Amino acid sequence: MNFDDTPQEAAFRAEAKAWIAANAPKQYEDELRKASLGRVALKGANILEVAKAWQKKKADAGWACLHWPKEYGGRGSSPIERVIWQQEEGPFGRLSSMFIIGHGMCGPTMMAFAGEEQKRRYLPPLASGEKIWCQLFSEPAGGSDVAGLRTRAEKRGDEWVINGQKIWTSGAHYSDYGILLTRTDPTVAKHKGLTMFFLDMKSPGVEVRPIKQASGASDFNEVYFTDVRIPDTQRLGNVNDGWNVSLTTLMNERMSIGAGVATGFPELFDFCNSLMLEDGPAIENRAVRSKLANWAVKASGLKYTSMRAISALSRGERPGPDNSIGKLVAGSMIQDVATYALDLQGAAGTLSGPEDAEVAGKFQAMLLRAPGTRVEGGTDEIMRNIIAERVLGLPGDIRVDKDVPFNKIPTKGRA
Amino acid sequence: MNFDFSDEQKQMRDEARKFLSEQCPPKAVREVLDGKAPYDKALWKGLAEMGFLGVAIPEQFGGAGAGHLELCVIAEEMGRALAPVPFSSTVYLAAEPLLIAGSDAQKQKWLPKIASGDAIGTLALFEGKGNPSPKAITVTANGGVLNGVKKPVPDGAIADFAVVAARTGSSGRESDISLFIVDLKAGGVEIKSLTNIDLTRGQAEITFKDAKAEPLGAAGEGWSVITQVLDRAAVLMAFEQVGGADRALEMGRDYALDRIAFGRPIGSFQAVKHMLADMYVSATLARSNCYYGAWALSTNAGELPEAAAAARISATQAFQHCAKNNIQVHGGMGFTWEFDCHMYYRRANAVALGLGSLSYWEDALIDRMRKKNAA
Repeated sequence: MNFDDTPQEAAFRAEAKAWIAANAPKQYEDELRKASLGRVALKGANILEVAKAWQKKKADAGWACLHWPKEYGGRGSSPIERVIWQQEEGPFGRLSSMFIIGHGMCGPTMMAFAGEEQKRRYLPPLASGEKIWCQLFSEPAGGSDVAGLRTRAEKRGDEWVINGQKIWTSGAHYSDYGILLTRTDPTVAKHKGLTMFFLDMKSPGVEVRPIKQASGASDFNEVYFTDVRIPDTQRLGNVNDGWNVSLTTLMNERMSIGAGVATGFPELFDFCNSLMLEDGPAIENRAVRSKLANWAVKASGLKYTSMRAISALSRGERPGPDNSIGKLVAGSMIQDVATYALDLQGAAGTLSGPEDAEVAGKFQAMLLRAPGTRVEGGTDEIMRNIIAERVLGLPGDIRVDKDVPFNKIPTKGRA
Repeated sequence: MNFDFSDEQKQMRDEARKFLSEQCPPKAVREVLDGKAPYDKALWKGLAEMGFLGVAIPEQFGGAGAGHLELCVIAEEMGRALAPVPFSSTVYLAAEPLLIAGSDAQKQKWLPKIASGDAIGTLALFEGKGNPSPKAITVTANGGVLNGVKKPVPDGAIADFAVVAARTGSSGRESDISLFIVDLKAGGVEIKSLTNIDLTRGQAEITFKDAKAEPLGAAGEGWSVITQVLDRAAVLMAFEQVGGADRALEMGRDYALDRIAFGRPIGSFQAVKHMLADMYVSATLARSNCYYGAWALSTNAGELPEAAAAARISATQAFQHCAKNNIQVHGGMGFTWEFDCHMYYRRANAVALGLGSLSYWEDALIDRMRKKNAA
């Protein structure tokens, strides 16, 4: 049992470290380090431009999309090298948030299902951040039941005509392309009548409307399709086989192991070290210490669980469903941590302005963002189902609509 | 990086699991549970023959000379099987202080006997309620003899010798405490068995009346040794707890697959599935904290105090969580004597207190994290 790199890993790390030291946009390092929970704002700079510039620089030097094949803009690296890169990239990795969906999900789906010419045309600019991609799966009526989607695609000659609506589409407002899951046959069971496409987000008939979230920010969008035309050549996989195509996408999502998930614990620990309560420093209060210790072992448990997963990767094993643990634990933990940090402040805990709130309103922002973390990319309940079914081997949920034609499935609970 | 046990260590784990599943089935645990024997003597001998008792004891003292990673692997299996033997008291609480502070003669006298299963040892630390603290120690050592009462002493009624923490000064500081080895079969020692919630492991009250005692380590350094012993034992015990948690989870999972209600296996209901998923999560987080503890223990890293506390807290929570919810999954059957669930529930809650309570370790963890942060 050791934490040491193999000689090859050490050489790769040294190379990555040196390149990052010489090339990273260090003027933003402090702000990136302090950013929490996806709340990245750079003073006096457009985050999108800074992020694109960093991604392009990485791509030009061969450090973008490490695990992709070289001919599509990657480096052909092993999974463990990807993890080492993430560790070394550190806070600069936070600049990549708008590329995650394209790199982690759309790219691999294109690689598996697009034609060779298309791959060579679309993938390199995706890897280099010149083009941003989004993933158009979720719909208002869908929720966790992704296959319940209603956006229609109808064949007209060599084209498909799309009508319908998507929701929760991260980054659609700045995306150039998207992968789109549609219904092509409503008369068969819901999983069997779906087809996947990719499209230019600037196509006529595509309308993106940002959603204002509970936190006040707008990271997601509604996307409306009115008679949008997609050439048949941009179909991914066979007609009515879209569910299998989307499973490839989702499986690839699981492959993207993070070097660490945000739990809010380091922030809370620092805060309790500095906060004075009526009877002395918060960190010396017995009740506070008990709370902190409980969260400390969750945070360290997650950290070492991810190290165990990285060790398995370096032995050549594939990442398993264990990765669901990270989001499940961190999501509700960050919510509880934020609630507690405000509780410690009493009435002043309600203030969220950066000048009036402790730690510049970090915990207030965490509180308001946290509910989304527990829902996006699979709810807590879906994560628990994944663990129960794929790790513990328990039976799947009963699906009463499984063999019912989609257009015969009830759409309202109460008449 | 290889944050995992080696293939050899995993092989040893498989060997121990196989041995224990054959030699220590629930039926054997119940012999002790039902009071038919104070511990499983045949199993104890068998463990010695397999080399498991002396796995971390150097070869020159009759052990296998493997190391603490190997001991962690064995500990997990002992916890999984609920082995009704004085393993933790003898190996973690008596052998470890000897390894840390014993003279060559003392090591030569006791360690080979521990490795061969011929001596059972224990640590006599507590005196009534409360957590480990030098202030709580009132047993005195004067002129080579001990006076006072210790309780609870784990496996005290079956132990041959005890490492005893006693007061040798009155400065009010940690340096008032020294350690002694006492032959429990000699004069001046009265032992009374105490009933406790874990019927598979005994607790005792030991009264010393001018009992002959041999100093272990330097005078006044007892508390520093105790702290090290508790940290090491915290990691080892945490592996036992993770083994127990894993087994309780497995029992719950198996029952949820077998038991049909409302026409379906109960494991197909989300309420049950999610409870089992949460058990898996807590056991996994604990296991990962334990691995870090094992690394720190085996390399004697400066991180050990913090890692030990984290492993201890995490594993205590996981075992308690899995043991209680295993009963919940089993419903009414889980609450019966004849199902094994209560044995894990008893062990989970007893082992949670044996090295000081959860709140004691929570306090310790935050102290240690603060020190590290300040450094």
